[in-house]
Amino acid sequence: MTDSAFASVVPIHNPIIMGAVGATLGLALGVIVLITWYGKWGPLWREWLTTVEPRRIGIMYIILALVMLLRGFSDAVLMRLQQAVALAPDRGFLPPGHFDQIFTAHGTIMILFMAMPFMAGLMNIVVPQQIGARDVAFPFMNALSLWLTAAAAMMVMTSLGVGEFSKDGWTGYAPLTELQYSPGVGVDYWMWSIQIAGIGSLMTGINFFVTILRMRAPGMTLMRMPIFTWTTLCTNALMIFAFPVLTVALALLALDRYLGMHFYSNTAGGNPMMYLNLFWIWGHPEVYIVILPAFGVFSEVVATFSGKRLFGYASLVYATIAITVLSFVVWLHHFFTMGAGGDVNAAFGIATMLIAVPTGVKMFNWLFTLYRGRVRFATPLYWTLGFLSTFAMGGMAGVLLAVPPADFVLHNSLFLIAHFHNMLIAGTLFGFFAGYAYWFPKAIGFALDETWGRRAFWLWLTGFYLAFGPLYLLGFMGMSRRLQYYTDPAWQPWLIVAAVGMGLILCGIVCQIIQLGVSVKRRDAARDATGDWWDGRTLEWATASPPAAYSFAAIPEVRDIDAYHEMKQRGAAQRAPARYGDIAMPRNTAAGFVVGGLAYVLGMGLVWHFFWLALLAALGILFTVIVRAMEDDVEYVIPAAEVARLELGRRQAVA
Amino acid sequence: MNTALAAAQAGHEEAGATKAFGFWIYLMSDLVLFAALFATYAVLSRSYADGPAGRDLFHLPRVFVETMLLLTSSAGYGMVMLAVRAGRARVALFWLALTFLLGAGFILMEAAEFHAMILAGDGPDRSAFLSAFFTLVGTHGTHVSFGLVWMAVMMLQVASKGLTAAVRTRLLCLGMFWHFLDIVWIGVFSVVYLLGVTG
Repeated sequence: MTDSAFASVVPIHNPIIMGAVGATLGLALGVIVLITWYGKWGPLWREWLTTVEPRRIGIMYIILALVMLLRGFSDAVLMRLQQAVALAPDRGFLPPGHFDQIFTAHGTIMILFMAMPFMAGLMNIVVPQQIGARDVAFPFMNALSLWLTAAAAMMVMTSLGVGEFSKDGWTGYAPLTELQYSPGVGVDYWMWSIQIAGIGSLMTGINFFVTILRMRAPGMTLMRMPIFTWTTLCTNALMIFAFPVLTVALALLALDRYLGMHFYSNTAGGNPMMYLNLFWIWGHPEVYIVILPAFGVFSEVVATFSGKRLFGYASLVYATIAITVLSFVVWLHHFFTMGAGGDVNAAFGIATMLIAVPTGVKMFNWLFTLYRGRVRFATPLYWTLGFLSTFAMGGMAGVLLAVPPADFVLHNSLFLIAHFHNMLIAGTLFGFFAGYAYWFPKAIGFALDETWGRRAFWLWLTGFYLAFGPLYLLGFMGMSRRLQYYTDPAWQPWLIVAAVGMGLILCGIVCQIIQLGVSVKRRDAARDATGDWWDGRTLEWATASPPAAYSFAAIPEVRDIDAYHEMKQRGAAQRAPARYGDIAMPRNTAAGFVVGGLAYVLGMGLVWHFFWLALLAALGILFTVIVRAMEDDVEYVIPAAEVARLELGRRQAVA
Repeated sequence: MNTALAAAQAGHEEAGATKAFGFWIYLMSDLVLFAALFATYAVLSRSYADGPAGRDLFHLPRVFVETMLLLTSSAGYGMVMLAVRAGRARVALFWLALTFLLGAGFILMEAAEFHAMILAGDGPDRSAFLSAFFTLVGTHGTHVSFGLVWMAVMMLQVASKGLTAAVRTRLLCLGMFWHFLDIVWIGVFSVVYLLGVTG
């Protein structure tokens, strides 16, 4: 390849991109060297890459989410710095084409490759344990979902150094994303990576929906399910109904771009508004897909750290269901200004405001749980309290935006940006951080360091207010989103404050990295020998930390909402079963990893128009899935004696 | 030993029922996918861009034959499941083969229809209406084609493994898939072809 051809694909003359590529490759190389040095390739393959165990899959999801969080946050750093300095005539350090890729990548990554994997990770670690199951309904499909998500994330990372990413925003509005206006590979990277990850998410949704409905321990009626399981169930329903629409929205765009069709084009009868409708019919439920499990985490955390049952369990369940249903009838509020007319806008505006009612119910559920509880302050509760106050504010901004006339003034402005970051950071991300701290001892076997956890929390919280408070004001001052530079000097001080806030969040992230290092180093002092580190109330605390492959030696019997708390009260928590039986568990398989790898090849083949390669990869996927589907012998048996030995060992460790 | 065997049997039935339930849920999500495509078609069904309309393109007798092929194949699959229930693997194989042939006939007719339209210059890039037509009908056709691949795999399995519990579950899921595609086709037939010719 000649130098110019190489430079047309790999942006070698852009020091920022090359620095990012170098850092990413350096980190990857470092990991590879470490694995080789310690001779861990065998265990990595046998215990992780080919695993079908939900806990391990969950841990890998969360590692993926944290890596992508760093990437998405780096994009945020660049945007905040650019806007802090880019007051005309100064144009900052990011040229428009690069700036556009950064805000597109930031949104795409944070929603689909940070929030979604983080959520799937928590679901994998917690849900089977909470419902007293040993596994999920479809263990192989679970691994497949992970590797499809990872393959898609790899595509996004590849676009950093090979070619470019989309410049059209994470929502990718047509007709801008049509071939005519966006001829590069950027839109293709964006489109195919989301498509592949979306199929993984759909399978996760089906898998956990079936798991929760069919594999609960005896006695666990629907109205005795832990709230995290409830919110996961509702999220799964949303995934099952919403993701196919995204698949269609993106497939039609692909047909326009690859086969010259006219779904969203300006010509030959195409209808760009149809893209907006399809995208947001998925996109609005999507924000509830990522927030509902976070609500579930907060519910578990307030109950555990208040030492009492959740206040108004049934009302919280019904509120969650109400949000699930309502989330499908509000999509048009994302484009009130696009000419739907007053009546339609009014209907969707009212539907949007209605969502505040069940959400408000939940706020009172959490507050009244804390009220007169024996509140223990630990990191998960800090995140929860930070959420309660901050989220209420973002919710009120949302109700304001739901009023169509107000939206006409504020749409597309930084007010909107402030609003949805207020919901997604203070809601979703704080929730996942709370879950990360809360279930870390369960998943890994030792607890995270409290001191560094609290430092991270306070930096994140103050950083959030400083970074996004000014954005509300800037929205009122008329600053629209996605500006590479601006001309109004009155905006700059606020943008500098926002950049300082971003700096505080950066310190918070550094604290979280230190926290992880410190916790690993001091792990012996914080081992969770009992499996019940926080004096928990739900069944996941009944197993060992980390749980054995089979989780429950004997399937527990559920008699109450807080099943494990009730067992402890009854004195049944530590009671050994009369005798142990053989346990059949699914065997590991490389098929999921192989399909993920092939999906990456398929995506890259499509992006770069190597259709023979794409076809080969597609056939490879079909072949692998068929071979796997024909296998009958997919389980192995853990003998009763082995179960007894493991359980006895655990009991002795506790005593 | 007998209780262990019974427990294993119950476990298999439980797993089979869970698989079937999961497959129902998948079909539901697939129905949402088709719903989005139908909605797209409804929006674009009059966007001819000075190109041909449905009444210029569709030939109802031909579509009627296609429909009959697909519906008969569904009836054939019903016979497959009756044979499976009776435990008669060879009879099941016979009906599977017949179902496969009828389905393949449907796909060949559809492919020929598409081929002729594209040759005449009325391909999916001609107008938004034709984009929506080819995509909706083609997505259904792709599903049927995958169903045929699956059916071929199942014939191999019935021939080599017999009607084991796992094979029965897979046949049950394939049957759900096959009948589901019939229902979708009824929608395609009514919304695309009948309304296209009269509208």
